[in-house]
Amino acid sequence: MADYQLPAELRYSAEDEWARVDGNNVTLGISDYAQQQLGDIVFVELPEVGSQVRKGEAFGVVESVKAVSDLFAPVSGQVVSVNGDLADTPELVNEDCYGGGWMLVVEASSPDELAVLLDADAYRKHVDERSD
Amino acid sequence: MVEFAGFSMPVQYGSIVEEHHAVRGAAGLFDVSHMGQLRLGGPGAVASAERLLSRPVAKMAVGRVRYALLCNEQGGVVDDVTVYRTGDEELLLCVNAANIEKDYRWCVRNASEDAGVRNRSDELGLLALQGPASAGILAQVAEDEVQDLRRYTFLQAPVAGRTATVSRTGYTGSDGFEIYLRSEDVVEVFDALLEAGRPLGLIPAGLGARDTLRLEAAMPLYGHELDDETLPLEAGLERFVNLDGGDFIGAEALRRARERGLTRRLVGFILEARGIARADYPVSHAGKTVGRVTSGAPSPTLGQSIGLAYVPTEISEVGSRFDVVIRGKATPARVVETPFVKASS
Repeated sequence: MADYQLPAELRYSAEDEWARVDGNNVTLGISDYAQQQLGDIVFVELPEVGSQVRKGEAFGVVESVKAVSDLFAPVSGQVVSVNGDLADTPELVNEDCYGGGWMLVVEASSPDELAVLLDADAYRKHVDERSD
Repeated sequence: MVEFAGFSMPVQYGSIVEEHHAVRGAAGLFDVSHMGQLRLGGPGAVASAERLLSRPVAKMAVGRVRYALLCNEQGGVVDDVTVYRTGDEELLLCVNAANIEKDYRWCVRNASEDAGVRNRSDELGLLALQGPASAGILAQVAEDEVQDLRRYTFLQAPVAGRTATVSRTGYTGSDGFEIYLRSEDVVEVFDALLEAGRPLGLIPAGLGARDTLRLEAAMPLYGHELDDETLPLEAGLERFVNLDGGDFIGAEALRRARERGLTRRLVGFILEARGIARADYPVSHAGKTVGRVTSGAPSPTLGQSIGLAYVPTEISEVGSRFDVVIRGKATPARVVETPFVKASS
């Protein structure tokens, strides 16, 4: 399996999302491991600004050429902004998943949920166990 | 790698989109050895083939290939195949991997004893070299005569020193060749073609690109656009069905269907809003579900979402509009001319 990057300052979910925590605002995207597994991403469907997301529930979809994959919210809260660039250039998720490929920002309603997110090492271990 | 019709097949070697573009711009090499080959050989071969196939083969010259359908008594499609006239009393049918056993039993049951039906699928492998650079690449490992092959003709000639049958056919809509080999020679010839072709832009390509390419060419895929209950007339395959004068299995049923008029037709469409249409998504019109998508994908060549769908005849004309329901949302679509991409000269 090709190697994948996991910046140490980010947190991760078991559903392959990353979270950048900044006070109560949490920026979300999918991990380098996830974008490699998906292959060429051709479509991203994200929620409306102002809508609510709930931890563990699907809030959107990422589509590769062959498949449709749900995106699961790692935290609950209100969507405060969404990356409009992904409408025309969904491939940003493949090229720069932690930067230009960011997906949305959620104002977290429950700080406890942030505490249970995985750090880079725990997430890597989780990925390795799944791949065996 | 994925399981496909009992075979382990690569969906992609790197990127589906990259492999797709390579075929349109240079060349791609597919290992499609999972496809099946049935041989009919003997005094009854041609007459039996005339009963089994939707088009006449008696007058096919040796060295010609033709696309045809195996139909059942109701006119439904048992399989879509390519037919090679390999001898005066011999034909080879190239059939879909998922239908090998079904087609073999069908042919045995409906052919005469002296048609000599044999399943040669395990002995034969198949590579597809597709794209505008194909002829130049093949010329490096085969005699010049293969470059001069006209579309839908074939000849026997060694490729990379191995016994082969080379036909100017393909499932991509681009120029290219299909190369039949002994199974034990496939790997060596694959490697030889790659080595010869890499400087000319050749890369290996998998099932993912095979699907997006054939979709752009609006070529049907059995199990999606075609099945035992679909009439070839509904699928837009009228020119491959000899209804006037043909006496093949299913001809009567198809003539009756033509007389009654078809209620549904296969159309090519593009989405007019963001989204991707996929197989089995509903088609709706005037608030009702009226059909379904059979295949859909983002077209790498066009940069648009394209698809094929069965819709009522009334909304099958080019320019007609309907909705494709994507995760509960009605997404506007418009019927367009097919093929979506005309890539071969």
